[in-house]
Amino acid sequence: MSTHDNSHDLEVLDGNTSLDRFEDPGHPEHKPRRGDLDPKANKKAERQVLFLFAISVLGTIGFVVAYFALPPGDNPESMRTSNLALGGALAFALLGIGTGAIHWAKALMNDHEKSEERHLQASDAETREAAVQALQDGTDDSGISRRGALKGAVVTAVALFPLTIALPLIGNIGEDWNVSKLKHTMWKKGTRLARDPSGRAIKASDVTIGSVFHVIPEDLEEAEHPLDEKAKAVVLLVRLDPRDIKSEQGEGWSYDGIIAFSKICTHVGCPVALYEQQTHHLLCPCHQSTFDVADGARVVFGPAKRPLPQLPITVDDEGYLIAQSDFHEPVGPSFWEREK
Amino acid sequence: MSTTTAPTTSTPTPLGRAAAGTADYLDQRTGLGVVVKNFARKIFPDHWSFLLGEIALFSFVTILISGVFLTMFFVPSMGETHYTGPWDSLRGVEMSEAFSSTLRLSFEVRGGLLMRQIHHWAALIFMAAIVTHMMRVFFTGAFRKPRELNWVVGFTLLILGLAAGFSGYSLPDDVLSGNGLRITDGVIKAIPIIGSYMSYFVFGGEFPGQDLIPRLFTVHVLLVPALILALIGLHLLFVVLHKHTQYPGSGRSNKNVVGFPLFPIYVAKAGGYFFTVFGVIALMAATMSINPVWNYGPYDPSPVSAGAQPDWYMLFLEGSLRLMPGGAEFVTWGGYTVSLNIIIPAMIVPGILFTLLAIYPFVEAAVTGDKREHHVLDRPRNRPFRTSFGVALLVAFFILVLAGSNDLIATHFHLSINDITWAFRVLFFVGPWLAFVITKRICLGLQRKDRELVLHGHETGRIVRFASGEYIEVHKPLDAHERWLRVQHDNIRPIEIEPAEDSRGVRRKGYQLDRLRQRLSQVFYEDRVEPVTPAELAAAHSHGEHDEIASESHEPAQVGGGHHLVEPEGETTTDGRNTQV
Repeated sequence: MSTHDNSHDLEVLDGNTSLDRFEDPGHPEHKPRRGDLDPKANKKAERQVLFLFAISVLGTIGFVVAYFALPPGDNPESMRTSNLALGGALAFALLGIGTGAIHWAKALMNDHEKSEERHLQASDAETREAAVQALQDGTDDSGISRRGALKGAVVTAVALFPLTIALPLIGNIGEDWNVSKLKHTMWKKGTRLARDPSGRAIKASDVTIGSVFHVIPEDLEEAEHPLDEKAKAVVLLVRLDPRDIKSEQGEGWSYDGIIAFSKICTHVGCPVALYEQQTHHLLCPCHQSTFDVADGARVVFGPAKRPLPQLPITVDDEGYLIAQSDFHEPVGPSFWEREK
Repeated sequence: MSTTTAPTTSTPTPLGRAAAGTADYLDQRTGLGVVVKNFARKIFPDHWSFLLGEIALFSFVTILISGVFLTMFFVPSMGETHYTGPWDSLRGVEMSEAFSSTLRLSFEVRGGLLMRQIHHWAALIFMAAIVTHMMRVFFTGAFRKPRELNWVVGFTLLILGLAAGFSGYSLPDDVLSGNGLRITDGVIKAIPIIGSYMSYFVFGGEFPGQDLIPRLFTVHVLLVPALILALIGLHLLFVVLHKHTQYPGSGRSNKNVVGFPLFPIYVAKAGGYFFTVFGVIALMAATMSINPVWNYGPYDPSPVSAGAQPDWYMLFLEGSLRLMPGGAEFVTWGGYTVSLNIIIPAMIVPGILFTLLAIYPFVEAAVTGDKREHHVLDRPRNRPFRTSFGVALLVAFFILVLAGSNDLIATHFHLSINDITWAFRVLFFVGPWLAFVITKRICLGLQRKDRELVLHGHETGRIVRFASGEYIEVHKPLDAHERWLRVQHDNIRPIEIEPAEDSRGVRRKGYQLDRLRQRLSQVFYEDRVEPVTPAELAAAHSHGEHDEIASESHEPAQVGGGHHLVEPEGETTTDGRNTQV
């Protein structure tokens, strides 16, 4: 490192301080504004400030007028007009004051820069000594250094007390804390597949090759918390030419090319809703995880690791699509104990 | 001016007497006089870049004003209801009361839509102002002693700003923000061991549950704003305690502060600036639609729209999630799932970026070996390492932001989303290094330009021909003020440490730590261009036979462009080391 040697050479130069640094030439001369020299320009600036404040007053009046004259109404056009009028008037009211005040300060107020001294942030030695003494005196007065047991007692008591607030909070905030609910959905043997959101059951004959159905359990509305259940149970149903199906997650889980996968992405849980017929790819619009429906929903691209869980389906006596069982693994994003 | 403010109540107008009476009443009860005496004429330096922090402050005030308005009408409840308002396409649709009241605010409350849009735009500007203000503080070294703690306060405000923005964005309970919450839930669940329980903690059971909106509401209107207000108070208190930093220039030193008095200049300027910021936000809210939730519809776990983007300050997290390949997830020996494909982009990457940002002032202080107070700002070029490091961090951040919009880039430019994602994956690792190297080169180049100017002066465009037939361009020396700006900064070199062994050959304690400090210090300061010293300038001129005044004579010292006698040989070496002898 050649700089080492060089810095030694520079040290020699450092000995002569007057040659080492330039001197601050001090404040540059004040340059007067036009208004400082020309009373006419000064008067003009004053009129400009006056004008800006007047604009503000007009803006406020305009706002009040717009408030009464232009109600939002019930069509997008009148809503937009009302918003534009109110906002525009408010902007004038505010910008008038803002620009007026700034122009006043810049053009008319005294513009001579002033200098103020700074002082070291630290307090002086005397103050510090007094502060240390004050703390020492206080400690002596309390006698805390002599009474070790008291010290322990007060620390213990204060450290324990927050439990009285934390316990009921933590006890209740996670409802029943039963995280095993994450592993099940409301699909069970015989639950009919129904259209989302109408809830009408789907017949196998309704599903043509290449079509996509967004599916919920038929009895979703009967659940205690339908939205919570829906968040786990939504399914995407497609029908492929049975010859195109390369693999499935279980033997006999599809019905005549009709195949159903959880719609909840195994990455962070967005609905995987974009289906491309030609390639049989399902794309998650949030983070672009791509799954191959024809190949057991294998991950083709993106941040997801696992395939979308497949819902085993079949048909009942009336030809409606039904679930054979719940999913065989937890749906949605990974969590620590999902395989336990 | 100062004489009129003195307490000579010789003009007893009614207003003047009332003011004097009030002042007297207050002073007798509060001792307010001391405060006014100390603060009314306090000096603040002037520079446009000091306004960035003010924008943050004033947009926050705008957020408070519009936010209070919104709370009067918003119903923070996930209770189910059916919409009956004037918006046709949603009439009869089942939705939460939060969403329904947001629609009411937008369509039925007069000025409600304006206030919603003001609130949202102000939030975006608040975050943008915080980030740019932080950039200003970083690149000018305003975080140096004694302001390190205020940097930490500001950093905490940035994090709280993110929390405020995110919690507010989710309140209307529309389908976009609901999907944002679902992503949050997925990220929370990825936390090892306690992930599922943390998810239950946040949502009050399973996602989405019944509790989240009221909980977020309390976080958004009470907890976070209270903390932000308290920390803004502390932030400004520090500014008053430390007095504001100032840019270098003649007459400005670490021992003074040069500028204008608070009253009346900054009362008018900053007061006016508040109205200007508010006014610009109002104009934006009047003309630009933001978050039209009525087009998205209420939250439902099933639908999602392509091309959805979070607010800009959340895009880096989204981009980070998008870039990570999925293969990183694995199952441990005991059968537990570790989602590294989420933990790395959502926790570790932002964790590293934010930690670097938070601790930088302390690292720099340690490797500079500098215990002095600094009140004069650095010109970014004079701190090549810091400037390039900051630019590298920013580049990493903005690559993630862009990656968060990779789907929009794909659809706008008709590119393959997979190719774009791969390009960003590579860029995330290469971009910051490139940015670092390029920025450092630019800084060193600018410093050399400064040296060149100080030593040789301005080019005048006057070409002189000598009797010998030689042509030269005449250079005009810099005046004292121009020169001072280019030579005033400290000449910082890597720190020296004591040797590993003392005179008796005993190994010294703490040597390893010192050695690390020294190594880092070399990384920071080894490449440098030192400011011109008076000796060098004198040398440059003496070679030119003291001709700086009479510039028409033969003046090689002021000939620009070519290689130069006085110019130290090594100064223009490619690694930028200053090898003067």
